[in-house]
Amino acid sequence: MEPITAPAIDLVSLAPVLVLSVFGIMVLVTDLFIGKDKSVLVFISLTGLLMGAISSLAKYNLPVHSFNGAYIVDHLSVFFTFIFCISSALAILVSVDFNKREGIKVGEYYSLILFCTVGMVLLASATDMIMIFLGIEIVSISLYVLAGIRRNDPKSNEAALKYFLLGAFATGFLLYGMTLLYGSTGSTKLVMIASAIRNGGVASEPLLLMGVVLLIIGLGFKVAAVPFHMWAPDVYQGAPTPVTAFMAVGPKAASLAAFYRIFSEAIPQLSPSWEILLCVVSVITMFVGNLGAIMQTNIKRLLAFSSVAHVGYLIIAIIAKNSLSSSALMFYMLTYAFMIFGTFGIVILLGRKGDENLEIENYSGLAYKHPVLALSMTIFLLSLGGLPPLAGFVAKFFVFSAALKEGFLILVIIAVLNSAVSLYYYLKVIVFMYMKDPVKEFDITLSPMTLFVIAISIFGTIQLGIFPDSIIALAQAN
Amino acid sequence: MLESYLGAGIMMLMAIGIAGGMVVMTSMLGPKREFADKMEPFECGESPIVSPHQRFSVKFYLVAVLFVLFDIEAVFFFPWAILFKQLGMFGFIEMLLFILILGVGLLYVWKRGGLDWE
Repeated sequence: MEPITAPAIDLVSLAPVLVLSVFGIMVLVTDLFIGKDKSVLVFISLTGLLMGAISSLAKYNLPVHSFNGAYIVDHLSVFFTFIFCISSALAILVSVDFNKREGIKVGEYYSLILFCTVGMVLLASATDMIMIFLGIEIVSISLYVLAGIRRNDPKSNEAALKYFLLGAFATGFLLYGMTLLYGSTGSTKLVMIASAIRNGGVASEPLLLMGVVLLIIGLGFKVAAVPFHMWAPDVYQGAPTPVTAFMAVGPKAASLAAFYRIFSEAIPQLSPSWEILLCVVSVITMFVGNLGAIMQTNIKRLLAFSSVAHVGYLIIAIIAKNSLSSSALMFYMLTYAFMIFGTFGIVILLGRKGDENLEIENYSGLAYKHPVLALSMTIFLLSLGGLPPLAGFVAKFFVFSAALKEGFLILVIIAVLNSAVSLYYYLKVIVFMYMKDPVKEFDITLSPMTLFVIAISIFGTIQLGIFPDSIIALAQAN
Repeated sequence: MLESYLGAGIMMLMAIGIAGGMVVMTSMLGPKREFADKMEPFECGESPIVSPHQRFSVKFYLVAVLFVLFDIEAVFFFPWAILFKQLGMFGFIEMLLFILILGVGLLYVWKRGGLDWE
């Protein structure tokens, strides 16, 4: 009988995925043989993330296609791999002291973060629907467990269950959308779908459009765009705070990267049909996110709604789908990582065992007791609101100019107005910190790891705001 | 084109015929002695009408999940074993990796106490 030849496997372009998986398994196994002290696991996972980031540079003649066109290493994927490694490393650093304080003693925590990062890298590099689905599932399943990692806390359980049930449902939509796209174009590869549409090889136009709508629903859920955002506030509130920060950055960035790839590479020809849909989604996402945040009294819920609003801005970049918008997406997510981890770092510092101090009221008078912390928080919040000269401003400016280049003037005006609205609730926290008397005593242990994360985030937020050129040049180098 | 499905169609008809025929024939030919206990809905020896607030052991769930995992492993083994020679060294190494990853999983479950019944 004829020997079956091995398929072409390019392990080098898969390097970050392999490295991160191996380190994830290593963490899992090491955890079995060590005692109560989990600091070895932190060390192994941070090493893994560093190696993963370095190994993503293994290919330097970009873009490289491999696995029969199912996987690509290009600037987008390498840049996003860096964002994922940075954000996962920050998440691990910020959890060290938190986990000690709250008694989260499971070593799986760190390996789940690594496995989740594997999924994110796959998502950012996938050019095949099946690969994208695989990535989304790896990310989601890790997150379901991470959200419920505090097994004895009912809030954490509620978060995990809600996220799991709704997430599984949304995955169904996504998969159905992919099926319809495959059924009407005959391929799961993004490039082939695009060429089938261009050359009139579409079997059924209505089914194709149905598929696109279902894709928007599925991906919209994963990035928490309105009207598929219902899970976000509850899950963000119930999950352990470092996990919330992690969820708000890495997985969201990964889903947005896949979102961007599908819509700009597979179905750009259909843009007259989906453009208006995405415009509507983007506008209501901004409005619901910002208006919802105004009502909140809990800081984690406030940040959840603010993150919904940010997705609204980011969808504008997907709608524009020009060369500027991909770099805007990359730059935005990098700055967002710093802002979010900084903010959540302070939220974590202010809590103590059994009392997380999550009400915004509890922030009153922080500036008198801990002026540096209050100042850092102010910087992060103003950057989230998009004030110059901070990183958030440059990121928004970038996204909006990508949209303006394509002539989406009204959309940009709405986004800028929303940006102004968002300042209201960010400033509300600042007003509490600087202008009110303390409602209760602050009992803050300044844990070194968390302070380190806050310091990095401050550096990133200011550096990217004042000297964004070098990073922008990296993001645009395609 | 359609003829190639003929075999599958005949097989499906036969399967439906045999299964349906058995159900119909037993209900027609079988003896019928009905009494109260026999006519109750039956579910694995459980009484049909009890309070639902009962505790049950989740150990079964864990065993079932582990069973599915290693069952699937076995499913992958069969086609691999049949094509072992044609797949050559590549197939061998790939399978070793697959077993290694599952082995790590087994080690994890074992050390974590997932296999302890008590």
